[in-house]
Amino acid sequence: MRTSDSLRKTYGETLVELGRENKQIVMLEADLGNSTMSTLFWNAYPTRYFQMGIAEQNMASVAAGLALAGKIPFINSFAVFASGRAYDQIRSSITIANLNVKICGSSAGLSDFGDGKTHQSIDDIALMRVLPNMTVLSPCDAVETEQMVKAMVEHHGPMYIRINRNDLKVVTDPDEEYHIGKMRLMVEGSDVVVFATGVMVQKSMEAAAVLAAEGISTRVVNVSTIKPLDTQALIAFTRGVKGVVTAEEHSVIGGLGSAVAAALRRSRLPIEMVGIEDQYGTSAENYEILLKHYGLESEDVAQRVRSVLNEQ
Amino acid sequence: MQYSEKLVKDLRLKAIQVRANILEMIPPGKVGHLGGSSSIADVMAALYFHTMRVNKDDPKDPERDRLIMSKGHAVLVQYACLVELGYFDRAELDKVKTFAGILQGHPDMDRTPGIEAVTGSLGQGLSVSLGVALGLRLDDSDSHVYAILGDGELAEGQIWEAAMAASVHKAGNLTAIIDWNGVQATNTTAEIFPIEHLGDKWRSFGWNVLEIDGHDMLQILTALDKAKAHTDGPTAILARTVKGKCFPFAEGQAKYHNAAMNEEEYTIAWQCIEQMKREVEA
Repeated sequence: MRTSDSLRKTYGETLVELGRENKQIVMLEADLGNSTMSTLFWNAYPTRYFQMGIAEQNMASVAAGLALAGKIPFINSFAVFASGRAYDQIRSSITIANLNVKICGSSAGLSDFGDGKTHQSIDDIALMRVLPNMTVLSPCDAVETEQMVKAMVEHHGPMYIRINRNDLKVVTDPDEEYHIGKMRLMVEGSDVVVFATGVMVQKSMEAAAVLAAEGISTRVVNVSTIKPLDTQALIAFTRGVKGVVTAEEHSVIGGLGSAVAAALRRSRLPIEMVGIEDQYGTSAENYEILLKHYGLESEDVAQRVRSVLNEQ
Repeated sequence: MQYSEKLVKDLRLKAIQVRANILEMIPPGKVGHLGGSSSIADVMAALYFHTMRVNKDDPKDPERDRLIMSKGHAVLVQYACLVELGYFDRAELDKVKTFAGILQGHPDMDRTPGIEAVTGSLGQGLSVSLGVALGLRLDDSDSHVYAILGDGELAEGQIWEAAMAASVHKAGNLTAIIDWNGVQATNTTAEIFPIEHLGDKWRSFGWNVLEIDGHDMLQILTALDKAKAHTDGPTAILARTVKGKCFPFAEGQAKYHNAAMNEEEYTIAWQCIEQMKREVEA
């Protein structure tokens, strides 16, 4: 059971819990285990934990081999390295063969605020989304992280999960059943729908509350499975609204916004995107400064909602 | 270890059959990796027809030994062995690299029985082999994993990441065989990217190193058995070979890394096969 609002701690604890029964689960780490929280698994099951050193490419291909031997390997690193550094290994060794490798991109987005642009992933969703066979997951809080990790073990195939480094307010109802691929209605509304992922789910919910006071009714949907994207559900959630907004802590190129825009290409609804505009990150003393600087605050979402209504 | 004359002779004949199968796949005008396939043909014959535990009735037998072609472009030599095991019909040889066939241009486990992984993007197969070896060890399996590497491929940094990791994790059930033919895609390795002191390199990365003539069946068999007996950590067999071995027009020639033979060369190639058979049988 979850012990905190930390997504990464919940990730590590959930795998320890699952690993107790499921001996096929193995963990690989590239020396960031205290950040990714994979060390929790190391402490619990040292023989099923492989320290691979600072060598993400080898780690990804070794995981492919472990999957070939029937294991369920989870590989861990910061999102930038887990996705970008090992990209061809993920492509060639893992996804072409459709192997059961789970990739944890930790400290994703801007959440590693102090470390700056080399360590902040603005492109991991795009990189992972373009790979055939890959499932791309982006939990919005610790409750959803726990549900998601359990589902990852149950489902065969390559999967990427992007995990925020910072504690996030819990917005998910723990009693609601979780399914990979299923979108969740977080706030009901009728004027505009916001499709959000990760930290932007709570930001969008805050925006909906502000907009409600202005008389604007905003529907907020948590898209925690970015791929495969449930296009039918997406279209269903746009019924009756006058505009669509997407919100993600990722580049506006190639991420959730791109996926939603492509899926809704036959709709006549105006679409606005909240995300990082074609640029890299920077260091800051806290996460909130970066969210504000890159236009990822609730007010940024509210502003886009107002502007799609004005495009009518 | 003693090896009977009959065994050595049989395996030499098998190696000739493997080269004949390669020729069948690339008739005149059809481009294929003749050079790097024939350089490792003797080692492959020893592995598939003697050293490795294989089940002719079940390519996925959990007890099998695994062979992963990290130098995936030379997959023709692996197809040439797998067809001898009966894993697919001989008619597939004509259809290699065609839309209708099951023999892809590079190894594809989903398409071809007996292929263990997806390789072809160079430098990754040793890591994949290490993963399989570690997974087998967790299951207390005594199966062995063989990774076939090119010498040109050793320029890939990931090979050395895997080399370090294999010795750190003491993968005694892993053997890497380096097809040390000295020629890569565009020229000799000496001209393109000379990597010196190969034995010292692998030794310093913590590997048990054996250096052999990769066309001498007795040396091959001995090295493979030594590798399997060395269980403290991984073994690298540096097999000195000749690119395009047995086909005089192609021997040591970068051109035949991946090229089509003309009619005349193809006729000579088959004559070489027949002559080798006569020599071995005599």
